[in-house]
Amino acid sequence: MSDIKKIKDEYLAKINNNHNLDNLNQIKSELFGKNGIIALEFKKIGSISANEKKQFATNLNLIKDELQIALNKGFKTIEAKEINSKLQNEKLDITLPERNFNQGKVHPVSQVIDEISSIFSEIGFSVEEGPDVENEYNNFTALNTPDNHPARDMHDTFYLDKKKEYLLRTHTSPVQVRTMNNGKPPFKIIAPGRTYRSDSDQTHAPMFHQVEGLHIDKNINMGHLKGCLNYFIKEFFEVKKIKMRFRPSHFPFTEPSAEVDIGYEIKDGNIVIGEGDKWLEILGCGMVHPNVLKNVKVDPKKYQGYAFGIGIDRLGMLKYGINDLRAFFETDYRWLNHFGFDPLDVPSNYRGLSR
Amino acid sequence: MKFTIQWLKEHLDTKLSDEKIIEKLTFIGLEVESFESISSEFDNFKVAKIVSAEQHPNADRLKVCDVDIGQKNTIKVVCGAPNAKKDLITIYASPGTIIPKNKMKLSISKIRGVTSHGMLCSESELNISNESDGIIELSSKKYQNKIGNKYFKNNSPKILDLSITPNRPDCLGVRGVARDLAAAGYGKLKKINYKKLKSDGSQDIKVSIKKEKYQGCNSFGSCLIKGIKNVESPQWLKNKIISLGQKPISAVVDITNYVMIDLNRPLHAYDADKIDKEIIVRNSKEGESFEALDNKKYTLEKDMCVISDRSGVLGLGGIIGGTRSGTEEYTKNILLESAYFDPSSIRKTSKKLNIETDAKFRFERGIDPQSNLDGIEKAAKLIQQICGGKISRFNNQKIKNFKNNNIKFEIHLFDRITGFEIKTKEIIKILSDLGFGTKLKKNIISLEIPSWRPDITQPIDIVEEIVRIKGYDHIKTIDPEKTRLKPTLNKTQKLFHFLQRSVASKGYVETVTWSFTDEKINNYFRENKHQINIINPISSDLNVLRSSIFPNLVFYLKKNIDRGFRDISLFEIGPTFYGKEPGEQLTVIGALRSGKAIRSNWLEKDRNIDVYDSKRDLVQTLVEAGFNKEKLYFVDETPSYYHPGKSGKVYLSKTDKNPIAFFGEIHPNIIKNLEINTDSLVCFEIYLDHINDTTRKLRERKSSFQYSDYQKSERDFAFIVDKKIKVQDLVNIISSVDKNLIKSVNVFDVYEGANIPLDKKSIALNVNIQSSDKALKENDLDNISNLIISEVEKRSGAKIRS
Repeated sequence: MSDIKKIKDEYLAKINNNHNLDNLNQIKSELFGKNGIIALEFKKIGSISANEKKQFATNLNLIKDELQIALNKGFKTIEAKEINSKLQNEKLDITLPERNFNQGKVHPVSQVIDEISSIFSEIGFSVEEGPDVENEYNNFTALNTPDNHPARDMHDTFYLDKKKEYLLRTHTSPVQVRTMNNGKPPFKIIAPGRTYRSDSDQTHAPMFHQVEGLHIDKNINMGHLKGCLNYFIKEFFEVKKIKMRFRPSHFPFTEPSAEVDIGYEIKDGNIVIGEGDKWLEILGCGMVHPNVLKNVKVDPKKYQGYAFGIGIDRLGMLKYGINDLRAFFETDYRWLNHFGFDPLDVPSNYRGLSR
Repeated sequence: MKFTIQWLKEHLDTKLSDEKIIEKLTFIGLEVESFESISSEFDNFKVAKIVSAEQHPNADRLKVCDVDIGQKNTIKVVCGAPNAKKDLITIYASPGTIIPKNKMKLSISKIRGVTSHGMLCSESELNISNESDGIIELSSKKYQNKIGNKYFKNNSPKILDLSITPNRPDCLGVRGVARDLAAAGYGKLKKINYKKLKSDGSQDIKVSIKKEKYQGCNSFGSCLIKGIKNVESPQWLKNKIISLGQKPISAVVDITNYVMIDLNRPLHAYDADKIDKEIIVRNSKEGESFEALDNKKYTLEKDMCVISDRSGVLGLGGIIGGTRSGTEEYTKNILLESAYFDPSSIRKTSKKLNIETDAKFRFERGIDPQSNLDGIEKAAKLIQQICGGKISRFNNQKIKNFKNNNIKFEIHLFDRITGFEIKTKEIIKILSDLGFGTKLKKNIISLEIPSWRPDITQPIDIVEEIVRIKGYDHIKTIDPEKTRLKPTLNKTQKLFHFLQRSVASKGYVETVTWSFTDEKINNYFRENKHQINIINPISSDLNVLRSSIFPNLVFYLKKNIDRGFRDISLFEIGPTFYGKEPGEQLTVIGALRSGKAIRSNWLEKDRNIDVYDSKRDLVQTLVEAGFNKEKLYFVDETPSYYHPGKSGKVYLSKTDKNPIAFFGEIHPNIIKNLEINTDSLVCFEIYLDHINDTTRKLRERKSSFQYSDYQKSERDFAFIVDKKIKVQDLVNIISSVDKNLIKSVNVFDVYEGANIPLDKKSIALNVNIQSSDKALKENDLDNISNLIISEVEKRSGAKIRS
């Protein structure tokens, strides 16, 4: 008995002091080899008296397990050491550049359209669209702007034929006509899209973007119009308070008509929306003219409501500090990368409109 | 519409300040564009300080001065004055300024190789004195804090410029503006006290309006003034004309212009001695012509409203007079015209002849048809005052009698539309101040519409009148309700937004370009679609609607390449056009990549961007959008703007009618012709309208989730096939051998060359086999392998490579 205990103590000490793989292997074969010490001890079992046999075998097994565990631990320690020292030699210069990647961008106009849609979605508007090419009737006549009306001169129109029957829509308002012609009231829609006018200078582009709004129901009045636009402007500019004023104006398709200004000031060369004593015109609106309702077979005695038209590009310029309208459409790669938005930046209510 | 506040006060009794008046104008719908002094040629002379004065490098007698003109940066000016030195305060004139002494206009110019931005001035150059030896030296004490200010004070009165909406012709006259302000409680409208005009004798030039179809003249008032002297206008009148931004001409012309602005009453003065016997207002005959006061000769079409005499056309009624009967310095007798012309007739004629005049602008919007006498009286009196002469009796010919419109206004319409109430008494006061005749009965006001308000035709117009005078600030703000009638976006719109961001997420930068383009570039991409011309394009290189996204995209790609960019990924989503009927347009995503996929770097060798890059971007986008990759079907026929050998089209499934997308290299000829300097140019386009998406939601389209835990096995095959055999077909044959067992087929090698016949290629495929209900044994695998080989050999003529 004391023999095996002695062996155990001797070898445990050996194992614990040895951190060399070859030595450990040597110890392993001395202990557990075919003719190793443990095997030899087990062979002794046959020659031991019956009443001691059981005790001897138990002790021997315990010692065997103990040695085995110690040996395994020894091997693990050495392996870990060797791996660690190997990894030390594999050290990279992690300041070397990564593999190339391309970051795509979403155009500011698209981003702003998504922001606008998200805001109006919150108050129950749905999105409608219409064609870029319109007929003269939908763009003008149905909107209470007959051919002999000087209001037509306010729109420099691109025409597609000599008879002036087909044109590029000068505003998104014909979508009102199409929507109401194809459905039954109530209507609660916005219609963002491309619009065209044949003037071009620093502040005008021959193509730009508008969003039309239309809400027709039994008792929608100018108070609702004010409330809707007030909500929209506040949400869009992500400010708590907005200074806003309605001014009488004239559009043939609304009566009464208004233009809306928002207050701003210039702070350190940047425009700050919602404060200050300067005014900036941002949209036109009004109560849909009874003539328009009649033209689309909606009874103005039963239904009434408001419409508005907002310049999308201009809103984007104000919100994101873009100075030049024409740059929106000039595809300068530097500009697009600078002002564009990451495609994962989807404007939404819960994540906020913008980061 | 321009005038001065002083002029306004000739019609409006008010003690309110200019600022108050201006603010109110905007709030009642008469938007103030500006309120400024007329810019004078002296505005450009500014107080400036020389910050440094260095010797000119190429001229002994010149100095190069840095000048502080009150802006962020100093300005370089080359100066020859001996007294120009550091810290001197003097007067600076900017480029564009006209120098009073010699009337020369300054420009930015190089003086002996140094650019000079403007000039420092001497007293003689400014006509202040004859002192010309050096530049002006201003006292630094007095001017130290005025650097950048105008040197000359502008004493001219401030001009009010109103932007009048087309529905308000009455406010194209100062009196109309005054009336609106008075109604808004901002003063009292002064009464016009016409003293009985001293008239003498009859107007003995006969006037007749021919009763014809399309006659554009309803009434023609006139009077003769004999024995005048058409002198220069007195100063007060000259000032008024100058304040309008016009040049005084002669008393008679200035007076007619003045009355036009004052009362919105256009007039015309004829030299009565040049009229051949009588005035006939009639329709023109085809081909008649006359020379107008703008010195252009106009040839008329049929049925334009002309004023004529026995010899022919004198002028176009309400638009422009003719030179033949124009007044001149020595004119002695004049015929004064004050007539009413029909707006649509005026508009039609002026559009056809392309004439813009003040009179036309006013008649087109609607002149007060009852104002013939008022206008003529005011003008005749002034002419007599200034030019002398005898005034005849007033003659008014008419073929139609004017009747005021009447409207029955139900008071509750007001609160129904505006959402707030206002007392009936106040409504009546506002309307009568605006000139309406009012009679209240129960809840209805019977209104007589003033003759100067052609814009008011129905009750809703009355609501606007009341609310704009009362003030839009009285309208309440009602918080929006969050009720929804239907989903915000429909399926197509959702797909649009998804694809837009999906393409961008592949590294493409989105752009937005015009919907029109250059015909020449468009033709490369037009195929057999109609060319849709814009009749009045903004420029000749933007003259057609685009048939494809690519013309603009390629054009701007080239611009960016020319800026020095090489590896560019651009896309646009928007309309392309195939007809000029509304709706003949398709929504398309067009995406381009140029240059290299990899620029050689410390990790990788460089590689041109290629067709399979764009195919990956396309297929990944479609898969992300929820379309089944296994069902995509590729065919190698594409439009002619693609490289014929390196391009393809995609169907969502083999049985679909329309391809939903194309991809490939842009045809090398186009790259060459457009001089695009790039290593490679590939593209893809997706036709959103051709995606016949089901109405089912994505979650409903997903099959139930099944998977197998049994052992997966792989087998590799290499086939020798005809070169024209497509991998897609081979894969389909293999997949269809056993759709349950064959999970995927991957191509791992395509080889042509040594050891393979010239018309053949070798394709190596890796097939994944797995059963969902048992572990496959070796002989199961052998069976399926043999089946694959025999099917492929049978259906494609391939041979297994041994």
